[in-house]
Amino acid sequence: MDTAVIKEKASQALKSFGLPRLIITLFLLLLFIIAPLANVNIASGVSDMLTRFGMNSILVLAMVPMVHSGCGLNFGIPLGIISGLLGATMTIEFGFTGFPSFLMAILFATPFAIILGAGYGLLLNKVKGGEMMIATYVGFSSVAFMCIMWLLLPYDNPTMVWGYAGTGLRTTISVEGAYLGVLDDFLRIEIGHLAIPTGTILFFALLALLMWLFLRTKTGTAMTAVGSNPVFATASGVSVDRMRTLSVIISTWLGAVGIIVYEQSFGFIQLYMGPFNMAMPAVSAILLGGASVNKASIANVVIGTLLFQGILTMTPSVMNGLIQMDISEVIRIIVSNGMILYALTRKQEASR
Amino acid sequence: MRGESSMNVKKSPKELLINNLVPILFILICAFGIPLSGYSGSYLLNEILSRLGRNSFLVLSLLIPVMAGMGMNFGMTLGAMAGQIALILVTDWNVVGIPAMVLAALISMPVSVFLGWLCGNILNRAKGREMVTGYIISFFMNGVYQLVVLYMMGSIIPISSSALVLPRGYGIRNTVNLEGMRKSLDNLIPLNIFGASVPVATFILVAIFCLIIIWFRRTKLGQDMRAVGQDMEVARQAGIKVERTRVLSIIISTVFAGFGMIIYLQNIGTLNTYNSHSQIGMFSIAALLVGGASVDKANIRNVFIGIILFHLMFTIAPTVGRNLIGEAQLGEYFRVFVSYGVITLALVLYEVRKRREQRKALEEA
Repeated sequence: MDTAVIKEKASQALKSFGLPRLIITLFLLLLFIIAPLANVNIASGVSDMLTRFGMNSILVLAMVPMVHSGCGLNFGIPLGIISGLLGATMTIEFGFTGFPSFLMAILFATPFAIILGAGYGLLLNKVKGGEMMIATYVGFSSVAFMCIMWLLLPYDNPTMVWGYAGTGLRTTISVEGAYLGVLDDFLRIEIGHLAIPTGTILFFALLALLMWLFLRTKTGTAMTAVGSNPVFATASGVSVDRMRTLSVIISTWLGAVGIIVYEQSFGFIQLYMGPFNMAMPAVSAILLGGASVNKASIANVVIGTLLFQGILTMTPSVMNGLIQMDISEVIRIIVSNGMILYALTRKQEASR
Repeated sequence: MRGESSMNVKKSPKELLINNLVPILFILICAFGIPLSGYSGSYLLNEILSRLGRNSFLVLSLLIPVMAGMGMNFGMTLGAMAGQIALILVTDWNVVGIPAMVLAALISMPVSVFLGWLCGNILNRAKGREMVTGYIISFFMNGVYQLVVLYMMGSIIPISSSALVLPRGYGIRNTVNLEGMRKSLDNLIPLNIFGASVPVATFILVAIFCLIIIWFRRTKLGQDMRAVGQDMEVARQAGIKVERTRVLSIIISTVFAGFGMIIYLQNIGTLNTYNSHSQIGMFSIAALLVGGASVDKANIRNVFIGIILFHLMFTIAPTVGRNLIGEAQLGEYFRVFVSYGVITLALVLYEVRKRREQRKALEEA
């Protein structure tokens, strides 16, 4: 009798946790356990994981508002990233340095994020039910459009434009001398091989806290209501379209801030096709954290980003150390897209 | 194909304009761009004929899932992967010419059927969001494809030719030379018109495929698919096995996409092992949409108009960019932008129309 109960409980726990998430968690644990065998230092593995957590977590956080308002996963995050890139290039163009350049980048990016986000939100209001596919292609088209603009816009700072032509931005631009490491190096903790980018993690924590608080305000609750039951929300006097647009603007702005934080750690601004493939990792990270197409929390963001970036950093080093064969890229593709597929095909979501 | 009859019903000019917005935009772009490109008529004719030959089969393979109401089959990439795997094997066995193509088609078939079956079943679990799911499946399978081609070929799957295998002993090189079958189908029946060579044999195959599609629409299965495409619940009540019909439509599409990829690559003559398939779905879908198709309505005419307009733009864009602004790169970015933009526009127009029709039906009820 007892075994039946245990079995029942175990299968229920498994169901709520999700089989793919379980497999990936166990896989990551396994990687850490066998890491010493592959001559991989666990402390430096953890440091890499934390650094990449800091780099990517805000981009993952950007998924939350749109999921709440029922717009689904924001495959159109490249639009936010583009706003961030505009801010980043403008701060360098105007010659800001140090921490002010970081703040100015966000400040410059904000109006773009609001305008682009509002337009994008209005568009998504017209295509309810088909958001995700259209979001993907809005992202792609805007990246391709900006490829043209990066060539044509009148930037002329010599550190950014092509040397021989004097016009047209380079594909990668260093943020050294501007805001490289302004967050990573703030209160940085280093013990042997272990390094913690405290500032970046604190900055993420601040934004996550603000998001958490926002979702508990009147507007935030209304947004969640719009996502979970639009008919009920309309009946209680909430404008569905306005809430959705607001969620898209917040998501786009977070995408802009996210890419600037990413750059301060990574060291480079990647233009042209750079933002093209940035939606998938963010989407799969939040799903890996236990979110679904219509439910996402801050905890999902933290857990998902840690797991996803953990796999990304640990797999290549451990695999290389053990079998001299780097299949991490393939694992990345299969894990991230497998996670999205799993979320799209879950039964309880089919009704949406 | 559904709603085709209703399209001929009188409509206001504004509605007609909106319904054909994408092709009209393209005709304008091409009319503006051709004089600026400075290309001669015979060059353009040659380009278009060659591109019609190599792309028609791929784009035609998209029609059947549209019929079953599953939208644009982004999973056609799976068929392309099956075709490429078959081509790698055939090249390794040193088969050349037409026999190589036939053999490759035969080998690709079971792989395509399996992948199509898999894809169809996954899509059945994601009804109402087939396109985004199909799109992710193509990415997911790309990972599996890399696992097979980059790690298993030469280690588990025997590949003997050193021209194919990477120096490290396993995995296929970035490019596979298909010299042995290059244009073997296109040049099977040589013909020249106005200095442009016509791939007659390829066109014959395409024509046969068109006939098959026309015939297929009249068969029991074809009728079932249209019924499922119209309304799944009504079809189910009429005793049609909805899930099975949908899976079959994806399998057929995948198999033909595999054949299409083999035809495409015999024209190109080299296989970019890790890239050739990745863009093919996007370009095929963009071409079909440029031809005036929408997510729930696509016919053979859309295929040919679409390929001609889309590839005309593709051919002239870099030169127009150079002549207009002095930068060929700009034209390249422009055509990428237009490809994505067209799909976005077509998807938005479709969703807006669908919502308007739903509202109208609700008001009438």
